[in-house]
Amino acid sequence: MSILESVMDPEIPVLSVIDLGILRDVKYESSVKPSGEWHIMITPTYSGCPAMDVIAINIRMALLQNGFHNFKIIQQLAPAWTTDWMTNEGKEKLRAYGIATPGITLDKKNLEHPEVICPLCRSVRTTLISQFGSTACKALYQCFDCKEPFDYFKCH
Amino acid sequence: MEKASDLFKSSEVPGHLAGNIGKSLSSYCLHLADNSLIMGQRLSEWTGHGPMLEQDIAMSNIALDLIGQSRNFYQYAAAILNAGNMNTKNVNDSTEDTLAYFRDSGEFKNIILTELPNGDWGQTILKLFFFSTYQYLLYQRLSDSSDKQLAAIAAKSIKEVTYHVRWSSEWVVRLGDGTEESKQRMETSLDYLWNYTSEMFVPREFEIACTENKYGVDVVSLATDWNKEVGDILAEATLKKPEAGSIQIHGKKGIHTPYLDEILSEMQHLQRTYPGLQW
Repeated sequence: MSILESVMDPEIPVLSVIDLGILRDVKYESSVKPSGEWHIMITPTYSGCPAMDVIAINIRMALLQNGFHNFKIIQQLAPAWTTDWMTNEGKEKLRAYGIATPGITLDKKNLEHPEVICPLCRSVRTTLISQFGSTACKALYQCFDCKEPFDYFKCH
Repeated sequence: MEKASDLFKSSEVPGHLAGNIGKSLSSYCLHLADNSLIMGQRLSEWTGHGPMLEQDIAMSNIALDLIGQSRNFYQYAAAILNAGNMNTKNVNDSTEDTLAYFRDSGEFKNIILTELPNGDWGQTILKLFFFSTYQYLLYQRLSDSSDKQLAAIAAKSIKEVTYHVRWSSEWVVRLGDGTEESKQRMETSLDYLWNYTSEMFVPREFEIACTENKYGVDVVSLATDWNKEVGDILAEATLKKPEAGSIQIHGKKGIHTPYLDEILSEMQHLQRTYPGLQW
């Protein structure tokens, strides 16, 4: 686990695969011949996220560098990834990095008309500039108070 | 498309998917994959050419979502084809790449709407709106499929398609209820695209077979909802919904317009020239 904590998202390098909720499970399959195998279950954020291939390669590299050879990285689609799986620690790091954080999906308002707080000055007076930002998982907002544009990690 | 098949072995084919059901299901997967791939490939032509940076990025993001969805369907189709020894021609071992790059236009099962040229911004938007609304309704039902992998891909994709529907609807309203010129252009696009929408709701043999087995979705049943959703937005955009079109088109059967050849010749060029080339 601590090895995987060091594998960061290539687009948002402050978040690890654990913070993002991409890593779903790590299990040891003792039935695999000859001496068992580690199965690393990961799930994509968005179907077309180009970071996924890089993340899989980085996980592979991190494990190999730490002496693991008998493992398999398996992509798992269901249940579909949601921002609810992002850890609180991850959200804190995201905010500190200057990206506004998603609310919980249980509240439908968050999915359609979220209240987005400016990560720079904490103002709630913000407006949507574009539903699609620099990556699929983000939208572009602007703050009315400090006037700064910023990324918002979409509630998904 | 990067080659992920070495890293991911995600699709496990249940044993009962051999034979005819497997054949129909693989065609069904290819149809869904082709729809998304061709739509995504077309939309990506806007990359670097959008009317403003934010919209350029939006269009590229949507294209990326669609190509990502198609990869999931292709990977599953490949797994079924390989498990059932159903590969054709010179391919022994299908992968998402062989399916995207080494099939000819006659083997593609996308609906004609997806391959039509982008035209102006308004025409692209309207086409995306028609397609996304269809995808949304389809994936909503497909996420209840008795085939677990199809259900998983649909449940994943619908979250992305929700954004596509919202974004394209907003633009349809903005342009339809916009200036005189934008309205007139939207009317022209509406006349051009409308006839191609009927194909969405005409099922082919593989769709019927998959519906009977509860793997697929009965597309006939989507028409009412689609017409309502689309009608509501068109009304808000002050655009007049055309009468139902009656042209016969058979994209799902592999009978395409020359526009598809144009897309494929560009998309497949590199892999056909240097087969198996990797980044």
